[in-house]
Amino acid sequence: MKLLKLIFRNTGRHKLRSSLTILGLAIAVMAFSVIRYSIDAWYSGVAASSPNRLITRNAISIIFTLPLSYRDKIARIDGVTGVSWAQWFGGIYVDAKNFFPQIAVDKDTFFDMYPEYIVPTDEMKAFLSERNAALVGRKLADRFGWSVGDPIRLTGTIYPGEWDFVIRGIYTGAKETTDETQWFFRYDYLDERMRKETPVRAGQVGWFIIWINDPSQAAIISEKIDRLFDNSMAETKTETEEAFNLSFVSMASSIIIGLRIISILVIGIILLVLANTMAMTARERVPEYAVMKTLGFRPVHIVGLIFGESLFIAILGGLLGIVITLFPVMPLVRTALGHFFPTFPLSVVTLILGMSSAIVVGFLAAVFPTFKAVKTPIVDGLRVID
Amino acid sequence: MAETLVKLEDVSKSYWRDSIEIPVLHHINLEILTGEFVALMGPSGSGKTTLLNLIAGIDRPSQGRVIFEHEDLSTLSEGDLARWRSRHIGFVFQFYNLMPVLTAFENVELPLLLTKLSRAERHKQVETALAIVGLADRMKHYPNQLSGGQEQRVAIARAIVTDPDLILADEPTGDLDKQSAEEIMDLLAQLNKDFGKTITMVTHDPRAAEHARVIHRLDKGELETA
Repeated sequence: MKLLKLIFRNTGRHKLRSSLTILGLAIAVMAFSVIRYSIDAWYSGVAASSPNRLITRNAISIIFTLPLSYRDKIARIDGVTGVSWAQWFGGIYVDAKNFFPQIAVDKDTFFDMYPEYIVPTDEMKAFLSERNAALVGRKLADRFGWSVGDPIRLTGTIYPGEWDFVIRGIYTGAKETTDETQWFFRYDYLDERMRKETPVRAGQVGWFIIWINDPSQAAIISEKIDRLFDNSMAETKTETEEAFNLSFVSMASSIIIGLRIISILVIGIILLVLANTMAMTARERVPEYAVMKTLGFRPVHIVGLIFGESLFIAILGGLLGIVITLFPVMPLVRTALGHFFPTFPLSVVTLILGMSSAIVVGFLAAVFPTFKAVKTPIVDGLRVID
Repeated sequence: MAETLVKLEDVSKSYWRDSIEIPVLHHINLEILTGEFVALMGPSGSGKTTLLNLIAGIDRPSQGRVIFEHEDLSTLSEGDLARWRSRHIGFVFQFYNLMPVLTAFENVELPLLLTKLSRAERHKQVETALAIVGLADRMKHYPNQLSGGQEQRVAIARAIVTDPDLILADEPTGDLDKQSAEEIMDLLAQLNKDFGKTITMVTHDPRAAEHARVIHRLDKGELETA
């Protein structure tokens, strides 16, 4: 503790070098945090999953539909207390780049399954009473400047044609992880038009949402549902909502693995930068360490000086990295990536990981210079002066 | 009759460069008595500094023993030797070797950080040491704000602040102008005379050596007493 003053002063000896190293560390911690943030965002849908919800989809792929008639059979299975359904719409609003999820849902049951979507009572009433009504998330409404009552036209891709809607409500999320970027409209509006224009596509849904009161029964109930439709024209695959959402994340697994590797590389690179700084520092101070040893300072003190300086630089860099992550960078990232990721939760774990990485880097960077400084005989160190 | 403080018995020292042995000191026998002011003189490469380093316990002899107050230094581990140096030795270097980021006060305080003295006690001792070397008014100055002579005074204050048994000085005037060198030598002589400090100094400057009471000459690693 008595040598703290020397550690702090030494850090300030080469101001430019120390500042650049601290800045480099800060940028690395910021990059690491943003990458980890992005990975968290991929998993945000998984985090928002409810253990009480099961999802039943076509066993071949999510892009194949299931007959709506499965609903009653599923509802009769022991343990199932509610069934709803939904269908992906895939329309374009003005331009294809304005992507957002559009989902046709059963007006009477869907929102009972998702209590985290909070809709004002009068707006829900309006949604229920108007066939082409839409309920949109708060972030989505803010993105396009929509408000209740706005007429919106979407151009169908999976369901061709022009589709006219009226926004009748704006929902908000009960939790931070709730997705507020979705567009919900009534399944009966979609199905009615299919019956008129493409009857073969009527009465088909993308997936069923099944409510169970006892999550511990999820595996048994899932198996019962799937067995029910064995050898049918549309066999099913039932899984928990978490597993269902994870299956989407797994589609991007290579990207996520790539991001994880980059995040580790970023830390690796800055480790080399700090190690280089500490090696230069220790090499320059060989005579000083020799003088200190002559005065009676032991290797433990030299270890303390070098590790102390390295950790001090690393901690300063880490803290600065967190500050620039939280303030100027994250709002920019949220703006840039907000359309791609429905929620962007700030994870304390990510920040702790970033800070911990900086500390580990500070520690590792000091190992080699310390070893050299301690092992250099005093007379050799003093000879450097001569 | 003064007691023997340091005794070198048949001390030899060689260095190895690759596989070539370079002998530096040959069978040195030397006694330094308590209260003596000894000068080690000799031309460059005669082994003066090596001898001083062996006495200081910062190097070990290839052969023979260095005995300090009946304690054989070769029996001490590196850690024990470091503790021994902090208690018994004050070292003055040719190029002062002050920590540039510390003030004169903090530089002098440095050896005291290894003791169990309280902050107040440390401050008192540092002030005393700086007053003895005549730099009480330069305590807050950094080394780059001092002249060479003043820096060496601070280094001497650092060497005496722990009240060591032996002060070792390696060419203490080697980097100073004539007037500053004279002042430093007067200071060392005063420490020996007024404070009874045992001093061993390496120098090749005959004027500096005049201040010593005993002069030993080294030539090609062999000792002769003047």
